[in-house]
Amino acid sequence: MEHEALRNVSLAIEDGEFVGLIGHTGSGKSTLVQHFNGLLKPTAGKVYVDDVDIFSKDVSLRSIRQKVGMVFQYPEYQLFGETVFEDVAFGPKNMGVSDSELQDRVDQALTLVGLDLSLKERSPFELSGGQKRKVAIAGVLAMQPQILILDEPTAGLDPKGRDEVLSLVAHLHQKENKTIVLVSHSMEDVARLAQRLVVMAHGEIALEGPPEVIFRQADYLEAIGLGVPQVTRLLQVLQKRGFDVDPDHYTIESVEGEIVRLLETR
Amino acid sequence: MAMMKNITIGQYIPGESIVHRLDPRTKILTTFLFIALLFLVDSFIGYGLSALLLLLMVVLSQIPVKYVLRGIRPLMFIIILTLCLHFFMTDGRVIFQIWFLKLTHEGLIRGLMMVSRLILLIIGSSLLTLTTSPILLTDGIESLLKPFKVIGVPAHELAMMMTIALRFIPTLVEETEKIMKAQMARGADFESGNIFQRAKSLIPILIPLFVSAFRRADELAIAMEARGYRGGEGRTRFRVLKFTYQDALTLVLVTTFVILVGIFF
Repeated sequence: MEHEALRNVSLAIEDGEFVGLIGHTGSGKSTLVQHFNGLLKPTAGKVYVDDVDIFSKDVSLRSIRQKVGMVFQYPEYQLFGETVFEDVAFGPKNMGVSDSELQDRVDQALTLVGLDLSLKERSPFELSGGQKRKVAIAGVLAMQPQILILDEPTAGLDPKGRDEVLSLVAHLHQKENKTIVLVSHSMEDVARLAQRLVVMAHGEIALEGPPEVIFRQADYLEAIGLGVPQVTRLLQVLQKRGFDVDPDHYTIESVEGEIVRLLETR
Repeated sequence: MAMMKNITIGQYIPGESIVHRLDPRTKILTTFLFIALLFLVDSFIGYGLSALLLLLMVVLSQIPVKYVLRGIRPLMFIIILTLCLHFFMTDGRVIFQIWFLKLTHEGLIRGLMMVSRLILLIIGSSLLTLTTSPILLTDGIESLLKPFKVIGVPAHELAMMMTIALRFIPTLVEETEKIMKAQMARGADFESGNIFQRAKSLIPILIPLFVSAFRRADELAIAMEARGYRGGEGRTRFRVLKFTYQDALTLVLVTTFVILVGIFF
């Protein structure tokens, strides 16, 4: 019955880095990230945050969880507060933030996710799906974590909600200098934002590197149930057909540029 | 979270033994007969014979003894409490006395009998769920309740409710773990504090859990209606229960055994 969910995973994430963690369902990506803030304890191996072994005796897991914020899949299903304020304040309150500071924290977090402060006294259950998700994300941001892990934050959102969440993540990384780990199986989402990709397969790290390097292995990625962004695929196929293109592009904009260049040189 | 991993109720262990292959109705009736027997007998010989019958069933079912005994563990506290209450609270001939606690002859016998009854009861009923898949079990219950429909027992509805409840136990357990983790990630603490603080700390788990249970119920109801569910009327079954000569034989033998042992011991 025992199932080895992760094996030989050795991974270092730098301060301020944006790492995209991708893998097929069941590849162990969600399991892996739950080790980062001590929700799961590895049966073998160590987890270090800021060079501190988080499972050593004199480390309080609560302080680790403050430092390493985690937004779960479908975080709106964890809302419980009578009001949006109460829900967002739950995390910082647990961290021992004083009542006077709590107001600021909640306001800041709600502003960050782009919610109107007038929603504060509303019940979170009255809000729309996209708004609920933003409240839930604000609940994590209100703890002011230095490192933020997001597990499929865009799953089940409409395109507008998806863009909003992704630009929030980009903002947190660029403007707030947070270290981000984005778990996803959408290559498009991850490719656009992450500086480095980590590909998981069968509980192990299969590939690791900058997006353009990872996406060169299109065949392997497909073999483990993933793929490359459609636009990258397009360039790869063009190259195979003998066109003079550089397939190391993975956002629509840069691929557009590449295709325009190709058309102009012909 | 550890506690959720050892819920034995409804933990079916698939197998091909004679006991597994019996009609669920036979097994339900046999279990009831066995329980009746436990309340009829009033001597150690009676309990011994009941235990023997149970042992035979366990052997025939080929279920590892480890699983059969696992059902007792969560009830260990009640068993020990029963034992103590009977040991020390029954009046009679005193065997020995520590301070104000008097162990009496009558108490000793009562206590041991009560505990044998409890243990046999638990093992007997867990054998039913260990050898019968939840679906077959509810099918059996529905079929057994059908005659009572004339007096207004909603047999099909009850069975459907049970099936759905059983079906959603693992889902809800999983959901609870997920929500617990999410709240722990926000610094929630479920382990420290006094009983009131701990009860209060459960609110962030219970509310999302209820919300999602209602949501699931809603979705399930719609999905069922979309597939044309309208109660048990005119429903045909993929798995039709078959009452074979083996079932008849089992029932006859167990009934005879229960009557004989029940009368004489």
